[in-house]
Amino acid sequence: MSDISKKSLTEIVRLVKKKEIKSEELTQSFIKNINNDKKLNSFITNCSEEALKKAINFDKNPKLDTLLPGIPIAVKDLFCTQGVKTTAGSKMLENFVPNYESTITNNLWNEGAFLLGKLNCDEFAMGSSNETSYFGNVINPIEENTVPGGSSGGSASALAADLTPTTIGTDTGGSIRQPASFTGIVGLKPTYGLCSRWGIVAFASSLDQAGPMTKTVEDCALMLEAMAGFDKKDSTSIDKKKENYLNKLTDNIKGLKIGIPKEYRVDGMSQEIDNLWENGKKILKDSGAQIVDISLPNTKYALPTYYIVAPAEASSNLARYDGVKYGFRSTKGDNLIEMYENTRSEGFGDEVKRRILIGTYVLSSGYYDAYYLKAQKVRQLIKKDFDQSFKKVDAILTPSTPSSAFKIGEKKNDPISMYLNDIFTVPVNLAGIPAISIPAGTDNNNCPLGLQLIGKPLDEQKLLNIAFAVEKKINFKQSLNRWWEK
Amino acid sequence: MSILNGKYFIQGENEKWEVVIGLEVHAQVTSNSKLFSGSSTKFGAEPNTQVSLVDSAFPGMLPVINEFCVQQAIKTGLGLKAKINPYSVFDRKNYFYADLPQGYQISQYKNPIVGEGEITLDLPEGSKKVGIERLHLEQDAGKSIHDLDPSNTFIDLNRSGVALMEIVSKPDLRSPNEVSAYVKKLRSIMKYLGTCDGNMQEGSLRADVNVSVRKEGDTNLGTRCEIKNVNSIKFMQLAIAYEAKRQVELLESGKKIKQETRLFDTKKNETRSMRSKEDAHDYRYFPDPDLLPLNLDKSLIEKIKKSLPELPDQKKERFINEYSLTPYEANILVSEKEISVYFEEVVKNSDKKLAKNWIMGDLFASLNEKNISISESLVTSNKMAQLIDSISSGIISGRTAKEVFEIMKETGEEPKKIIESKGLQQKSDPKELEKIIDKIISDNKDKVKQYKSGKDKLFGFFVGQAMKVSSGKANPQLVNEILKQKLK
Repeated sequence: MSDISKKSLTEIVRLVKKKEIKSEELTQSFIKNINNDKKLNSFITNCSEEALKKAINFDKNPKLDTLLPGIPIAVKDLFCTQGVKTTAGSKMLENFVPNYESTITNNLWNEGAFLLGKLNCDEFAMGSSNETSYFGNVINPIEENTVPGGSSGGSASALAADLTPTTIGTDTGGSIRQPASFTGIVGLKPTYGLCSRWGIVAFASSLDQAGPMTKTVEDCALMLEAMAGFDKKDSTSIDKKKENYLNKLTDNIKGLKIGIPKEYRVDGMSQEIDNLWENGKKILKDSGAQIVDISLPNTKYALPTYYIVAPAEASSNLARYDGVKYGFRSTKGDNLIEMYENTRSEGFGDEVKRRILIGTYVLSSGYYDAYYLKAQKVRQLIKKDFDQSFKKVDAILTPSTPSSAFKIGEKKNDPISMYLNDIFTVPVNLAGIPAISIPAGTDNNNCPLGLQLIGKPLDEQKLLNIAFAVEKKINFKQSLNRWWEK
Repeated sequence: MSILNGKYFIQGENEKWEVVIGLEVHAQVTSNSKLFSGSSTKFGAEPNTQVSLVDSAFPGMLPVINEFCVQQAIKTGLGLKAKINPYSVFDRKNYFYADLPQGYQISQYKNPIVGEGEITLDLPEGSKKVGIERLHLEQDAGKSIHDLDPSNTFIDLNRSGVALMEIVSKPDLRSPNEVSAYVKKLRSIMKYLGTCDGNMQEGSLRADVNVSVRKEGDTNLGTRCEIKNVNSIKFMQLAIAYEAKRQVELLESGKKIKQETRLFDTKKNETRSMRSKEDAHDYRYFPDPDLLPLNLDKSLIEKIKKSLPELPDQKKERFINEYSLTPYEANILVSEKEISVYFEEVVKNSDKKLAKNWIMGDLFASLNEKNISISESLVTSNKMAQLIDSISSGIISGRTAKEVFEIMKETGEEPKKIIESKGLQQKSDPKELEKIIDKIISDNKDKVKQYKSGKDKLFGFFVGQAMKVSSGKANPQLVNEILKQKLK
């Protein structure tokens, strides 16, 4: 059999179900890839040994009527995993081992999958390049000195390099879609509330949403099916019947209306991105969809709004890391205040500190109305823009990012330019709606570029269908020479 | 300080000063589990045994509202005749402290669940309405224990996340006694409702006390100081008296009051500055994104309204009408739910007047003496009713009943058994009493003569003789009747 690790998840599941391959063999092939990797730094914790045991156990008595039978899956290290270190990419949680399992990972294990490892990410999911991780930056398998994007950079890198057959990330402002775009994979940010947040280390509660990162749109449909579902432990979870996204997947999108928002044509956008977008439109037209020009007038406020709301929530969410109960505690200091100060100074990295400071500032008395409250109002306007548009169109097509993957260190000391990378992705989080990024082409340096499709709340099926149609026509193929194994 | 026409004043060197007080009462919601987690709220458990992952703020943990606590808050609001807000929001109050695991307290800031209401106080000088500003739900913090180790602080998170109702009064209170009446009434209402057990020793009820003073006749409020976390009515009264005096002295010496948070030192009976307004925490309140706003169904509020028990004020009216009580008596008998229940159980089948006199007299005296509550008394309502029955049916006299009660309160024995075993039954057989009386008459012929010639006062002598001869067991009523007949 040709290298199983290169195959799509749906193909692997088909082979397991047909008993053409055993979970052990499958798992071994990914372990081999993980062991051969010398450079990507996509794993924080390698669970190969445990995974192999689980695979062997699975093969003894294979339960095949599940969505992910005997599939090893490495996940972003933001998901709490029972008995396995969960670091959130931070020194603060360097040795933190939860005694509980996040709802999302638990859903995957209930569908027959098991944990292959924990994947690197930006510290507390704050970053767009995976350069803020305490465990070092992750490298894009596309090119040695290139970032994989962030914050789910380890997930994107590991998947693109065939170190895991599928993975999951979290997306607060683009953390699934941007790295997916940078590494040539599919990434979906579901409707806020579709996937439980319980057991995921929180960054910005009103924006955080877990989602699948996969090689194909079919894989994405399958993974979403496994992940999604109401969870009474998450008060913001949507009480809704489970859907069979994969079964219902179709590339027939005739008659659908696709909106093209003029505000996404930002200054200084490269010709390559422009061409990519035009090509996307053409493909949709060819598939029988109708292209409609739309306007999302408040788009320009999305980034500043995001960089008020997200840090505000983060500043509060990260207050619990104080050295008292678990996680890192500084040995310096003679009293409680000094212990706090030293613990948080030593335990958090610069980007996290920057956002805590911004968040604390915008919530401070005297500034609350001018920043946080105003941002909340703008957020409503941004949401309204989408609501208005979705009266006219079924989905919206935009580029996923304003550029392809940049060089390591290129933007590290220029936070504004780093934040600008999320310009096309953050409006979706602010509006709480679903969006998918699919690989749609490459730039002149052969770096992948993604197209983003944005849908109505809970309209993931339609979004997947459109993505499926586009994927078929684009027929994006990525061939990597596995330089990281040398 | 002085009291003039029922008004409380601080008499300074030059002026008379009025004291203005507002209370923020923190009442623990009666509920088996915490506000946002399923952990138990039972008092007195081993430290850190009632702590869930949510209460200790582990990464990724999320709060889920306990609907019962919401219902309890609505119930309390209705009991305070307050507006229930169909839309309310949980906010985060951010500050760092070792016993606050999340680094924020989930509370309600701009949109509380309950709005304005009122409480009627029954004061010696008449009734007085005190406004309620708002009631909101919030989590309690854990407990820091500083005195177990010279260099370490221990944290007990059992209380962390326990549901509290913060009930804020308007600045309508004017004296320590009014504060006492207010807290007692509030506690009584919540105990009637079953929404707070009011147990101050266990910390179920504590208050932040806001005190300011102003010259008699001023209508503007003075600068206030907040005395934090006072946990008994007595301490509240002491703290107010001290604080008001301190403020008057400052003002009269030409100084200004600094708005600040103070604490009450119960050993020295004084308030001390904790932090000034400038050092006040910036709590950075914002809506908790982990929780949806609370949208209450009208039907739920109606349902709770219908299920409300009879409250002290209503019960007082009924007691006055039904049992011919004075307002003063009714007040006392409804002041605590347990007392009102006890009274009604006794009065159900026995003489109204005897019932109220015995309960408010001997029973209350015994409770005071033993420093126990009515539910702890060995004299149960059933036994009390028996005792009263024995009096009204003539089995024992009121005087003997007091003897019997003395035994009952110590042993909890049934009055019937005590009367029997001690042979305390009255002699109520007319024939037997006639014999005794005949003998008295024949032994005191001279006195009979004097009586018949108009010395009415001697009647008492004959009664006394009858009681003496019968060792106090003769039924006094019967003795009276027979004597009257025989001495005609």
